[in-house]
Amino acid sequence: MIPPQFDYVRPADVGETLRILKEREGEAKVLAGGYSLIPLLRYRLASPALLVDIRDVSGLDQIAEVDGELRIGARVTHHQIETDPIIASRYPILADAAPTIGDPQVRNWGTMGGSIAHADPAADWPAVLIATHGSIVVESADGRRVIPAREFFIDTFVTAIEPAELLTEVRIPAPRGRSGGAYASIERKAGDFATAGAAVQLRLDDDGRIAAAGIGLTAVAETQFAATHAERMLIGTQPGHELFEDAGREAAAQSRPVADNHGPVEYKRAMAAAMVERALHRATERAREA
Amino acid sequence: MDKQHIRLTVNGQAMEADVEPRLLLVHLLRDVFGLTGTHIGCDSSHCGACTVLLDGRSVKSCTVLAVSADGASLGTIEGMAEGGKLHPLQQAFWDQHGLQCGFCTPGMIMQASWLLEQNPDPTEQEIREGIAGNLCRCTGYVNIVKAIQQAAGELAAEPAEPAAAS
Repeated sequence: MIPPQFDYVRPADVGETLRILKEREGEAKVLAGGYSLIPLLRYRLASPALLVDIRDVSGLDQIAEVDGELRIGARVTHHQIETDPIIASRYPILADAAPTIGDPQVRNWGTMGGSIAHADPAADWPAVLIATHGSIVVESADGRRVIPAREFFIDTFVTAIEPAELLTEVRIPAPRGRSGGAYASIERKAGDFATAGAAVQLRLDDDGRIAAAGIGLTAVAETQFAATHAERMLIGTQPGHELFEDAGREAAAQSRPVADNHGPVEYKRAMAAAMVERALHRATERAREA
Repeated sequence: MDKQHIRLTVNGQAMEADVEPRLLLVHLLRDVFGLTGTHIGCDSSHCGACTVLLDGRSVKSCTVLAVSADGASLGTIEGMAEGGKLHPLQQAFWDQHGLQCGFCTPGMIMQASWLLEQNPDPTEQEIREGIAGNLCRCTGYVNIVKAIQQAAGELAAEPAEPAAAS
């Protein structure tokens, strides 16, 4: 299908983008890679009067560690994350998740910022940001906000971004001490959205007990969410098979999946539990090696 | 909703057009420039038949706006053969019977060219993952993988050539 008509602009920098978003508040949508937005236009699920393409906006395509945080510009592609040396060596949770997104062409052009702003409940990045206690930087002509990931994803396709705001950066705290992260997901076929996915970030204390635990779940609720009950039961305990099985069950109990062509509710809960368990084991191994 | 003037390089040749912002890149190639080698399969970014190189990166041209390609360099299947001689990938698809109906082939070859640019000596698994965004409904992929392996070997043996789209 052909998208509805719209106007198109390609500003050169963040300032110009923010001016346009303010002038055309509520009428404009930001275009990055477009692999989420263009299908919405084609299926006529969205019909903005203006597309603001941030392809030329400078300074949004960098990955860097600054002040104890990993900072990922809004226009960084999934492929950049997949092949970044800092991420490969220090952020295995991101390195796990990147290759599970879409297919190579989607990862070549699609961006992390776009995926997060679109907030599909089956997208992989939101759970990773929730598990790591990451945050999302949004800017408008009136200023800048840094929003914790746990307050950012509100509902299906609904985030805390206001219409005149631009998502400019994603921040993930640098791992410290004996930390390890992992992302596990299951999909029906290559390139499909996840049926269920779990992101886990753990920190162990000197005795090998779990000192901090973050768990984010993909595709088993109206939006990605923190499995807070499971997180709480892990703190202060020794990692182990039974504990992780219980934590998986606890996380699944907190999920709210709906039956669709990926499977019935019981199946999705079972897969959520299995993915949590799998990610907990992998994160623990990595934390022990850290 | 005025038309916008765009200029881009397609297979090394400067091209321009006046386009509506909603025109999709694949329609620019096929309907405006007459380059019908790039196919439209699913029309929803799943099948990969419309894969082209955009500034050296393989993308699904059914899900990119033509205006977004303003100023960019594009590579399509029409740019692969040189002077009447098939590109090693094209020759390998022929030799290995890497196609039956041929509908997916232009997208497969463009994706394979990106893959070999990234990774000149891929394993079978890396080839299969590299073409995960390209669907073939005839071959079962076995001969496609063989074709890409053959081309990888030949390209490695050849002196370096400039990339198709950069």
